Amino acid sequence: MDLDFGQILPNLSYILHGLLLNLEITATTVIFGIIWGTLLAIMRLSSFKVLRWFALGYVNIFRSIPLMMVLLWFYLLVPQLLQAFLDLPATTDTRFISALIAFALFEAAYYSEIIRAGIQSVSKGQISASLALGMTKGQALRMVVLPQAFRIMTPLLLTQGIILFQDTTLIYTLSLADFFYRAVNIVGNRDGLVTEMIIFTGAVYFVICFTVSRLVNYYKKRVTR
Amino acid sequence: MISLENVSKWYGQFQVLKNCSTSVAKGEVVVVCGPSGSGKSTLIKTVNGLEPVQKGKIVIGETEITSKATDLARVRSKVGMVFQHFELFPHLSILKNLTLAQIKVLGRSEEEACEKALSLLERVGLLAHADKYPAKLSGGQQQRVAIARALCMDPIVMLFDEPTSALDPEMVNEVLDVMVELAYEGMTMMVVTHEMGFARKVANRVIFMDAGEIIEDTSKEQFFTNPQSDRAKDFLAKIIH
Repeated sequence: MDLDFGQILPNLSYILHGLLLNLEITATTVIFGIIWGTLLAIMRLSSFKVLRWFALGYVNIFRSIPLMMVLLWFYLLVPQLLQAFLDLPATTDTRFISALIAFALFEAAYYSEIIRAGIQSVSKGQISASLALGMTKGQALRMVVLPQAFRIMTPLLLTQGIILFQDTTLIYTLSLADFFYRAVNIVGNRDGLVTEMIIFTGAVYFVICFTVSRLVNYYKKRVTR
Repeated sequence: MISLENVSKWYGQFQVLKNCSTSVAKGEVVVVCGPSGSGKSTLIKTVNGLEPVQKGKIVIGETEITSKATDLARVRSKVGMVFQHFELFPHLSILKNLTLAQIKVLGRSEEEACEKALSLLERVGLLAHADKYPAKLSGGQQQRVAIARALCMDPIVMLFDEPTSALDPEMVNEVLDVMVELAYEGMTMMVVTHEMGFARKVANRVIFMDAGEIIEDTSKEQFFTNPQSDRAKDFLAKIIH
């Protein structure tokens, strides 16, 4: 096989620019996913039936649908919602915001499960001790349970972030010019270098994800020591 | 100070407390003992509402715990509790452990809370450890911190749920010494424990429980020299060597 990697360097800045898109979606989704996921986890553990059922339904629905479908679904839905509520012209490009919303809502379901396990791993005695000191349930959760839960969960939340980062490749289905799309569909197709570009993008993903996961491991060792 | 009237509690079909009635007067030290599974820990946790009950009436001071209208958090802030497994907050320094509820629950200023915390740490002999984290302390030290944390709230009564049973034997006394001192100062105390030495020394009354029932509720002299029930005799024979 005759492979030509010579075209990577001249196009590198263009291709890496697409990576920003992936990173933006990853960062926004991690932040939003943790916030919404925490709320879902609290609802799931609440003593109100309605909240419990809502959270349970939400998590199960999103975990039972492929991410690709959620993406396409929001791709079709979000423009209509935005037009209905904000009165935007039909030509507005809503692909990025659709992808962002789809990812955030989808990932929150996974984050909420991690966070729920984290909350449950904090011993019940800690809650009893907080209540015995006169704290309300809310104070106990905020000041005693969640800080401990997040310490335990941080490695898992970051690992989920790595998986999420890989999943952001799927936005190429919305023709958003992300890292993979630029490398393979644009540069690769144009210059007839699809194979080379797939190998190259795979290598880049590997280096990024492997490095971050080593860092997560390092952090985990420091925290548990 | 504390009164329980016909308190009953069930876990599903299983009745853990059967018509328990007793009271603790101001300044009194009452020791609750009995074989494991007898319901003594459950009983003491019903006093500040950590364990809800299905039947009966519990009153602390003037407040009825078992009334739905009661603001439990408010009552609990005045009732100190010490747990078997200490339950210090591992993510906070010793000092922060002692100031958190003072600031967030009682609304004290940080300065005031720190002053109170440090004076109580000094009292339990742990002033030098104020900035350490709980994990750095021995079990006995952690339990003394837990007692100091409860005292920071200026409680009107202290509840102890087997405060020494998770400790290595050589650390039991340092915790009991703090409790004895507290009793001598006139603190109202309800103590679930197997430490009969402690009971002999400071208890006014002893409550003996078995299978969810209060079998004996009597003065300590009476309990140790002339227990009425066979179950109490049997228990004492096993526990006192």
